[in-house]
Amino acid sequence: MFRNGATLFALSATKRWGKERRRTSFLMDFEKLHREESGRILATLIRLLGDFDLAEEMLQEAYAVALQKWPAEGTPANPRAWLVSTARHKAIDRLRRGQRFERKAEEIAKAAELAVQPESGREEQMLSDDRLRLIFTCCHPSLPMEARVALTLRTVCGITTEEISRAFLVPVATMAQRLVRAKGKIREAGIPYRVPSQEELRDRLDGVLLVVYLIFNEGYLASSGDALVRRELCAEAIRLGRVLSGLLPQQAEAQALLGLMLLHDSRRDARVSAGGDLVLLDEQDRSLWHQEQIEEGTKLVETALRHGAVGVYALQAAIAALHANAKTAKDTDWPQIAALYDALLRTHASPVIEVNRAVAVAMARSLEQGLALLDELEQREELGEFHLLPAARANLLRRLGRKPEAAEAYRHALTLATNDIERRFLRRRLAEIEYLSEAPD
Amino acid sequence: MQYLMLIYHSEAGFEKTSETGLAAIYQEYGQLREELSAKGKFVGGNQLLPTTVATTVRVREGKRVVTDGPFAETKEQLAGYFLVNADDLDEAIAIAARIPSARNGTIEVRPIAVRGKAVQA
Repeated sequence: MFRNGATLFALSATKRWGKERRRTSFLMDFEKLHREESGRILATLIRLLGDFDLAEEMLQEAYAVALQKWPAEGTPANPRAWLVSTARHKAIDRLRRGQRFERKAEEIAKAAELAVQPESGREEQMLSDDRLRLIFTCCHPSLPMEARVALTLRTVCGITTEEISRAFLVPVATMAQRLVRAKGKIREAGIPYRVPSQEELRDRLDGVLLVVYLIFNEGYLASSGDALVRRELCAEAIRLGRVLSGLLPQQAEAQALLGLMLLHDSRRDARVSAGGDLVLLDEQDRSLWHQEQIEEGTKLVETALRHGAVGVYALQAAIAALHANAKTAKDTDWPQIAALYDALLRTHASPVIEVNRAVAVAMARSLEQGLALLDELEQREELGEFHLLPAARANLLRRLGRKPEAAEAYRHALTLATNDIERRFLRRRLAEIEYLSEAPD
Repeated sequence: MQYLMLIYHSEAGFEKTSETGLAAIYQEYGQLREELSAKGKFVGGNQLLPTTVATTVRVREGKRVVTDGPFAETKEQLAGYFLVNADDLDEAIAIAARIPSARNGTIEVRPIAVRGKAVQA
């Protein structure tokens, strides 16, 4: 995924005219630097300049200077520090020229302050702190949730506004406006650029983890939109999860979330067939699961549980780990999974968890017991529109050989499901049942 | 930055509070004000009389329209305000969380607009 449209355009233009191979190799290194470091450099500039837009603009200018100077003078030993320093000086010039009359005094003062600020001595430490600060700012609870998600993707991950709007299926102008409003609120409401104090950290971290998990789910569960963009969302969420668990190693829930995402993502190649059809867990080809991700995820979950994590991510990750480590669907430790769903239900009740728990009970004890639980849920009004409930009932009825009732439940689920892949799956199951019930035994 | 903290609570619930309960709440308010004042963070603040004595005024096409009661009928009513100095929104939120009415009512935190730096909606 391209980090920044404008510079890449400049890059490809330069590429077209570039004659020497040396130049091509320089550009490849430059592109790599641009891709891998822009997020961190931007984070540092936002701290120094206290302004998202100014930081973005100045970074672009610094890249433009680098493109002119580095091929002739050689790439500096520490390109990141060079870019930060160049962007900072560009900002000082810009602020001194201050065009907006009413803010002129303020900008001159800011320029003076910037000019005397020493270059940081503890550079590496400052840089990783900057990323963490930026994440907490973008995920501030006073911003609307959709703005938190968009701003994190744009600013921390460096994904273009066009790509974010494609991933969330909203017009580019709407997404651009959402980002402008969010940045405006950060500035006007005085949202600080800071890692919260120790006593606030737990609460605020929950909010950050939720944003990361939403980004992951958007990539993992969304039915429509560009498949490549969706996969990239999962990868970005995992990358964010790594940053958080790396920078906050003592926060067990952050480790658990990373583990949960890795375990889900390990099944990415098995959960959709070549024809684009949904494949349920018990029918997936387990040789397609990514073992190294399962191992890493499982280790993270074990560590998190040992450190006392009992939150929504830790419990879900423990369930995912039990599934991922079962050699075959039959080997799945359903009693343990049912117990974990019981625990989840006590603290984080939701329709999805209710239905999943009933399915786990069906597998651990008996299909009838699971079905009885689902029948109970059907009585609840608030679950009336929830398509996974009739879908789960249909599946249990099918396994029990109660075909007409199963078909009826599949038809009910089809009236509620909106996701194309899920609808295709439900229709396939319904067709199978109708065919089987008509065929003579 | 200056932040206005609009303190909302249920007037019906407040009226039912016992004498000793009220005394405890006022004492807690007093302590918070003193503490904020000592740090130079308290700019001003007052309790308001209930919405039963509120008057709403509008001028429409040059005509004054005066009605009884508050601007909006809601479950919680504006009961008072604090105007504070805070370094940033997080400090303002921390102060708002210590206002006694935050426990059973709601505090709305609004940054004060500075001329030439007005909010772009």
